[in-house]
Amino acid sequence: MSEMINLTIDNVPVSVEKGTTILEAAKKVNVKIPTLCYHQDLCVAGNCRVCVVEQTGSDRLLPSCAMPVSEGMDIQTNSLQVRTARKHVIELLVSEHRADCTRCYKNGKCELQELASEYIIDEEGFIDLLPYKNYTIDHYSPSIIKDDSKCIRCQRCVRTCAELQKIGALTVAYKGKDMKISTFFEKPMFEVVCTNCGQCVNRCPTGALTEKTYIDRVWDVLNDPEIHVVVQTAPAVRVALGEDFGMEPGEIVTGKLAAALRRLGFDSVLDTDFSADLTIIEEGHELLSRLKGALKDKNPNVKLPLTTSCSPGWVKFIEHAFPEYLGNVSTAKSPQQMFGALAKTFYAKKIDVDPSKMVCVSIMPCTAKKYEADRPEMRSSGYKDVDFVLTTRELALMIRQAGIDFSSLPDDDYDSIMGESSGAGVIFGATGGVMEAALRTAYEIVTGREVPFRNLDITPVRGMEGVREAVIKIEGTLPEWNFLEGVELKCCVAHGLSNAKKVMDAVKAGKVNYHFIEIMACPGGCLGGGGQPIPTNEEIRKKRAAAIYREDKNKPIRKSHENPEIIQLYKEFLHEPLSEISHKLLHTHYRRRNRY
Amino acid sequence: MEDVKQKVKELSLKYGRAEENLLPILQGIVETEGYISEEAMVEVARELDISAAHVYGTTTFYSFLDTRPKGKYVIRVCKTISCMMKGKNEIIRELENVLRIKLGETTHDGLFTLRETNCLGQCHKGPAILLNDVPYTDLTPTKIRKIVNDIRKKENVSN
Repeated sequence: MSEMINLTIDNVPVSVEKGTTILEAAKKVNVKIPTLCYHQDLCVAGNCRVCVVEQTGSDRLLPSCAMPVSEGMDIQTNSLQVRTARKHVIELLVSEHRADCTRCYKNGKCELQELASEYIIDEEGFIDLLPYKNYTIDHYSPSIIKDDSKCIRCQRCVRTCAELQKIGALTVAYKGKDMKISTFFEKPMFEVVCTNCGQCVNRCPTGALTEKTYIDRVWDVLNDPEIHVVVQTAPAVRVALGEDFGMEPGEIVTGKLAAALRRLGFDSVLDTDFSADLTIIEEGHELLSRLKGALKDKNPNVKLPLTTSCSPGWVKFIEHAFPEYLGNVSTAKSPQQMFGALAKTFYAKKIDVDPSKMVCVSIMPCTAKKYEADRPEMRSSGYKDVDFVLTTRELALMIRQAGIDFSSLPDDDYDSIMGESSGAGVIFGATGGVMEAALRTAYEIVTGREVPFRNLDITPVRGMEGVREAVIKIEGTLPEWNFLEGVELKCCVAHGLSNAKKVMDAVKAGKVNYHFIEIMACPGGCLGGGGQPIPTNEEIRKKRAAAIYREDKNKPIRKSHENPEIIQLYKEFLHEPLSEISHKLLHTHYRRRNRY
Repeated sequence: MEDVKQKVKELSLKYGRAEENLLPILQGIVETEGYISEEAMVEVARELDISAAHVYGTTTFYSFLDTRPKGKYVIRVCKTISCMMKGKNEIIRELENVLRIKLGETTHDGLFTLRETNCLGQCHKGPAILLNDVPYTDLTPTKIRKIVNDIRKKENVSN
């Protein structure tokens, strides 16, 4: 056991491990110290000074987020000196912030606004510095809006991009009063290496970084009687949406979600989990055909390892950073785009709706999905396959706008067809989920037997470790797959782009020899996506993940290939995996982009 | 373009490709090229395997690491409080008049660039400027006009 340090916080004695900060120690005794630049996922910056506290006997205030405890400390978190200093800090931040709160997208969800209200910031404060500030508003990206006029320069976004994602699309430029958060040469986010993952959006305490919202566009089509609006919901939305209505993280709200969407006026309430199952069939067969090409036919042109392509943040990352490996990315589109392509072809025909009069909306835990839907590659139905993408947060706002009491909604079901899913589709929302789902199906195709794990739970690929490896030995193959007999299938799972970079660097250096790699751009996978409720942190991600695996366990069908609607889809429309029509609608290729 | 690429390669070889060598490399570029272009920053990012935005952030932090081409003579006027109180604004106004450019700009003949800079450490002798590497202190509008005209004479340009 490590050394314990004794101190008092607001006269309450507390004993904590050496190295703990004052802020963390205060949490232990339920004293809340306000913070702005601090975020649990990020390194300490200590630049905003909102969290200052007083140490008896010292005339200087200490930043509690950055200051480790020491023996005998006597900390006051709410003395007059502390309150005055904090109030001044908040007033100074507000003085250079466009405090146009009633017209701000983050109104009511802004950490600066909350503090300003707690500390009663009035108009008597400091002079408004905004007119002297040289700011720009970048709204060119289909995913993210960056509004410098609301930036308080806490640098959470810079740290997110550099630490969690190792992208470094954002930086601190200039100094002093001119200091600003900038991209390379102050270009629009759209033109730089930004992957649109939205992790910065999820961590921005103000309205300086927000998702581009399409709520009003969606209301327009919902109110147009000529238009049939189809909605799909991503796996990770159902384990997080409740948080925006005051529920505990990890509450599963699938039934309420379907009910709310129907109440909002969507004509068909369908599920991305369905197309997640479809992705597994297509991607699983792609993996097997690549293994066949490499191991049996010894074709040198077959690219292994195969990597997943569900995460649009990851796809954009590899386009920028490792374009030489684009051939390794699965050609199978993401579930969102498979869904869109099928909605305006197969489904439109099925329900007898003219696809030109159909609008496809998706509810995603993700900001990069907005960019993905806008890609020119994603128009294989002859129309824009997915018209509008809303984040989990935007949906919560719509539900609120509609006056729906979410918590009291009765559970409802998805429509059919394209509404049924297996547990394998559900776990797409967690890191390791695509891998697990693919293994459940691929192993069975090859051997005719279920994966040799209890309850189909492939636990080695689960968890929150940044990079996880698993080796699955294939035994007892069916005759046509006998070239895989005894093969040890080497799998790797990574989440967060910093881990993706580690894995790809290792692949590039020839240090590893994987067959299949799953990569999710966001920490924790989609459940920790940039479009998820704020706050998102390690603890919340773990709860959402537990909920996802609970949902999987409770599903009567656990394997993608047993989803009856998938079986029906192949019978009636696609014929077989990797068929000509599935290649036309469900597969694509990506392109090389600037490295810097 | 190719020259810059070559230059950056040489500098990273000379100083090493660790991130902490970013500053000497950037200084080296300014020394020969006069400023750090977008292309140069991308090359530095590539050589050091860091983000281009990071190179940009570091460059813009230092006022002596220029991101735009500058004239043969760079006049940097100290912008801090002591020089301000001693009349640096009059100096800037006079310079803007005599050079016929605004603060931050470069004359058409490429001879002069007018900038502000942080404290030059000449607070007791303000207002102060730095003309390339040479400080001039206790300035008045008349003095600064003479300094500019002397250079023009030396460079054989009429005003």
